[in-house]
Amino acid sequence: MRRIIIIGATSAIAEATARLFAARGDALCLVGRDASRLAVIAADLGVRGAVRAATATLDVTDFAAHAAVLDEAERELGGLDTVLIAHGTLSNQSECETSVDALRREYDINALSVMALLTPIANRFAQQGFGDIAVISSVAGDRGRMSNYVYGSAKAAVTAFLSGLRQRLQKSGVNVLTIKPGFVDTPMTRDFPKGALWAQPDTIAQGIVKAIEKRRSVVYLPWFWLGIMGVIRSVPEFVFKRLRL
Amino acid sequence: MSGESWGRYPLARDQHLLALRDRAAALPAFTGTALPHGNGRSYGDSCLNDGGTLLCTRGLDRFIAFDPASGVLRCEAGVLLAEILELVLGQGWFLPVTPGTKYVTVGGAIANDVHGKNHHVAGCFSEHVLGFELLRSDGSRRWCSAQENPDWFAATVGGLGLTGLITWVELRLRRVRGPWLSVETHRFDSLAEFFPLAAASDRDYEYTVAWIDCAARGSALGRGHFIRANHAAASSGPGAPKRWLSLPLTPPFSLINRLNLRSFNALYFHRQQARVRHALSHYEPYFYPLDAIGRWNRIYGPRGFLQYQCVIPPQNAQAGMAELLQRIGASGSGSFLVVLKLFGERRSAGILSFPRPGATLALDFPNNGPDTFALLDQLDEIVAAAGGAVYPAKDARMSGARFRSYFPAWQTLQPFLDPKFSSGFWRRVTE
Repeated sequence: MRRIIIIGATSAIAEATARLFAARGDALCLVGRDASRLAVIAADLGVRGAVRAATATLDVTDFAAHAAVLDEAERELGGLDTVLIAHGTLSNQSECETSVDALRREYDINALSVMALLTPIANRFAQQGFGDIAVISSVAGDRGRMSNYVYGSAKAAVTAFLSGLRQRLQKSGVNVLTIKPGFVDTPMTRDFPKGALWAQPDTIAQGIVKAIEKRRSVVYLPWFWLGIMGVIRSVPEFVFKRLRL
Repeated sequence: MSGESWGRYPLARDQHLLALRDRAAALPAFTGTALPHGNGRSYGDSCLNDGGTLLCTRGLDRFIAFDPASGVLRCEAGVLLAEILELVLGQGWFLPVTPGTKYVTVGGAIANDVHGKNHHVAGCFSEHVLGFELLRSDGSRRWCSAQENPDWFAATVGGLGLTGLITWVELRLRRVRGPWLSVETHRFDSLAEFFPLAAASDRDYEYTVAWIDCAARGSALGRGHFIRANHAAASSGPGAPKRWLSLPLTPPFSLINRLNLRSFNALYFHRQQARVRHALSHYEPYFYPLDAIGRWNRIYGPRGFLQYQCVIPPQNAQAGMAELLQRIGASGSGSFLVVLKLFGERRSAGILSFPRPGATLALDFPNNGPDTFALLDQLDEIVAAAGGAVYPAKDARMSGARFRSYFPAWQTLQPFLDPKFSSGFWRRVTE
């Protein structure tokens, strides 16, 4: 049985992943901003087989509140061995190009709050000598593109942070998994026209659980994004800058 | 999500899709009319809303509570019957009534007041609904059950989603010993043999249904296999079959045509050599044979198909069914899967519920244009003359006059209709 804390638990990918954990009889602590939506999801996970489905409210940009929420989750579940960080916003790129406040807010949510949460989690897991850290980054972090480089660069920071953290925690028996989903049909991407490359949250969730179990380092979901991003990364900059992506 | 229903006819234009995820939230703002849309397994236009909004309920897919001692389940309206089975079967519970596919939402099962092979003992789906919350476009919420707001309950079960949005539901499940059924299949040589077999079987078997060879004519008219079953107490049995591959694309023409239909059906009829065959079957192939083939609805080609399900009252059932089968056989059209069943005497509370005492026949017709529509109009004539009715959930073409004669109480629904809700079907048959 895993004891799992999920940050951003009302997101579609997180909820789909939590259902898979629940069906296996794991214990979960769901963290998010909206207490009533968390309660609805917790009840569902309880019916699906979760041994425990606790909830805690947190605005991730309230950095001072992070430690207390981690303490609460440890108390509720009798310790922690798995963390899934799934919160995020899809930035409004054009707004971020004119407003530094918007830019900073997106970085607070998508980059800094993730690193801030990982700092105490990494220390606790290193001390206990076991644990699985899984963080949802994005294929958008693999290369900045004009259409969403604020979001993409925040995710790139997370990806780089995780790769360093992975090296540091390697000898402590703690695994760090970087999850890079491609296009996923969720409320966050509601306004996009959907094509063949789009995946359902449940598909991503299955990939996440499998990657955590296998203690993978980096996983593209679905797998074909590894190839797509390989091509996108390999385009020389003098060509790339003329593309409109 | 596309603007098509399961029959892929008609295609709806200019539908605006709104995904719902929070049962406690107010309805999102919409212009024009709205219609709740579950998993889109209704065949015709009762789940479509040309030029309007679809309130897509698949995001309301959370369980609320399940008591494994009493079998009472609370869940949101977008939960699929398949998801319920996955949750409860291992704990010794099963759906009290199930239609021929498990890929329908609970809300859709209520809105169409679906029935199954056990109608003669269990009635319609709504008989097992302890209650549901109905959210109206004016923001009001009502708990509807047989005791509380029974008039709203009667309007909403079978009410085709037109009385408001069902947000969550309380159901009573039925106990089973495991996933298996003990199945007995009788081959019968003509329609006349079906009726006594059905009447005798309905006493001792929870599930009864017949497969009919709709291409057989003359003295073989209405021949088929009568399949009767009960839940088995077996402690082991065959596993669930692997899901076949999905039809990846729509073939350019219907794969079912008058040339192969006759031979398919004859082969299938004679596949069973013995008159009676006993078998232990897993519930999936027994209840949901077509669910094994993803997107099977593409088999009829780009123009889609029309499903036809009618009921004819007992006193006219045999003559009426004979006439229908003669007409269908002469047309050379029809489908491989044709089912005939006797409904029981139990009447649902639903004002627009389809099941009523008599014999019910269901089959598909590839959409071959005007010929198909003319044939279905002829079938309607037979059904109407025999005092029967056609099932709205499967219909894409019956005339308004026919609908109003099949469902004479339809105007009783008027005061309960949500003024901002409508559907392609409803406009077609009432305007």
